[in-house]
Amino acid sequence: MSTPTLPIESRSAADQRPSPDAIVFEDVELAFDDKVVLAGISFRLAHGETKAIFGVAGSGKSTILKLALGLLKPDSGRIAVLGEEITTMTEDQLFELRRKVGIVFQESALFDSLTVRENVAYRLLEEGKLSEEEIEKRVREALSFVELAHTMDMYPSELSGGMRRRVGIARTIITEPEVLLYDSPTGGLDPVTSNTIIELIVKQRDVYKTSSLLVTHRLQDAFTMGTHYFDRSENKMKPLPPNARSAVPMGFLILREGRIIFDGDLKSLRETTDEYIREYIS
Amino acid sequence: MELTSPTDFAKERVKSVQDYAVLSVRSLVNLFKRPLYVADMIQQADLIGFGSLPIVLAACFFTGAALALNSASTLDRFGAMTVIGQLVSVGIVRELGPVLAGLVVAGRNASGMASELGSMVVTEQIDAMRALGTDPLKKLVTPRVTSTIVMLFFLTILGDLLGLIGGAFVVRLVLRLDTHQYWSSAWQTLEYSDVFTGLTKPVVFGFIIATIGCYYGLNTKGGTQGVGRATTEAVVAAMILIIAVDVFITRVLMLTLGTS
Repeated sequence: MSTPTLPIESRSAADQRPSPDAIVFEDVELAFDDKVVLAGISFRLAHGETKAIFGVAGSGKSTILKLALGLLKPDSGRIAVLGEEITTMTEDQLFELRRKVGIVFQESALFDSLTVRENVAYRLLEEGKLSEEEIEKRVREALSFVELAHTMDMYPSELSGGMRRRVGIARTIITEPEVLLYDSPTGGLDPVTSNTIIELIVKQRDVYKTSSLLVTHRLQDAFTMGTHYFDRSENKMKPLPPNARSAVPMGFLILREGRIIFDGDLKSLRETTDEYIREYIS
Repeated sequence: MELTSPTDFAKERVKSVQDYAVLSVRSLVNLFKRPLYVADMIQQADLIGFGSLPIVLAACFFTGAALALNSASTLDRFGAMTVIGQLVSVGIVRELGPVLAGLVVAGRNASGMASELGSMVVTEQIDAMRALGTDPLKKLVTPRVTSTIVMLFFLTILGDLLGLIGGAFVVRLVLRLDTHQYWSSAWQTLEYSDVFTGLTKPVVFGFIIATIGCYYGLNTKGGTQGVGRATTEAVVAAMILIIAVDVFITRVLMLTLGTS
């Protein structure tokens, strides 16, 4: 069976990037009071790659995302995002960088006093650089991407949990960020809705080649991402043939007690002999 | 319950004061930075000012009436009923108007701010705001601080007026005295220092109410239970601070204006 051609579009600026990696963590440590959350975390996320982060509750998965966005500062170590060292940046400097980095929060974190339209358009309205017509067009496009264009005038409280997550994704992608961070985007959702969201994430990875970190408890979601690609012509996610699974840029990271115990691809994850990991993924 | 060592407790208190000071200073400094959220300021002014108007007016009206009633029995013993207007006007304008308006707005709005911002913290909306490139202090705190200061200033002026009207009602309907005399003595006794003192206080109280409400809201921990705790603590802290700072301002202004 021949390897399917992945309809992945390259970003125009891809060849002029200052750093080969979208995100770099080097020996990052963080503790809250006396509790050590991260103890010497080091990994790299290449441009265009999606890395799924696993770990039991409280292992520091969401903390890694907040550190990558500069919402938290590490006690020690170095974090670089899109070639810029963020650990020494001020909040004002971080606001600039955050235009290129989007995050989808665990509970979507939509502004409950704003409509879906205002939530999705939030950043564009704040920047005030585009006309109202242009903003409206971008909002419609972003909501169409998550298939929720009909919810524009609704409030978050009127949406289901899955719809809120999808609006969260639309709000994040409206500025076409180079890096996306997903914090348990399928947590607490039914399998059908979870699959819809995973399909959107795969679409974002394969069509727009966005670098992503994905925190999840659901192993099957990450495995789906490692074994499927998004077919633009049919506008749906399709399984990869077994001999083509390395064609999608998908990595896996497993945390245990604030340390990384696995960092590799799907093949090496399946072949690992580490008892804890085998038990975890079984 | 886990016991905290005195050193840790002291460190925690000092850090709280430091964080509050930083929030307070930045809330004012942000007024000189772009963007200025004028629409949010107007919305907050409506919530704080017009929303609190009926309660502030009612509280001041009845306090003015009660002040006139209480003063009347004492003044009557000395045959000095003619100065009742002076007593009510100085009491209301210098002290009771600003403090009552401050306490009412603290009860209503410091709690509202703490619970609103606290809910935003626990649902990660504040993090989302930062992630979307907006400074929460600029977007949420500065509009609340400026609106509270401005609206409390005007609420106090209206509250003072209603306090004097409350006194006039008692003078006319209960004590059966001439209201013309009441109003002329109330007006004539007021000096520049009385009005200045009475209108400086709401500016300071407004700042305290908004910064305390926002500080407790933004530092909410522990889910919905934490929101409730933050709300209660914000109201208590704002009220205590208003009463304590009132003594301090009164003394400082007395010395400054030479009325001691």
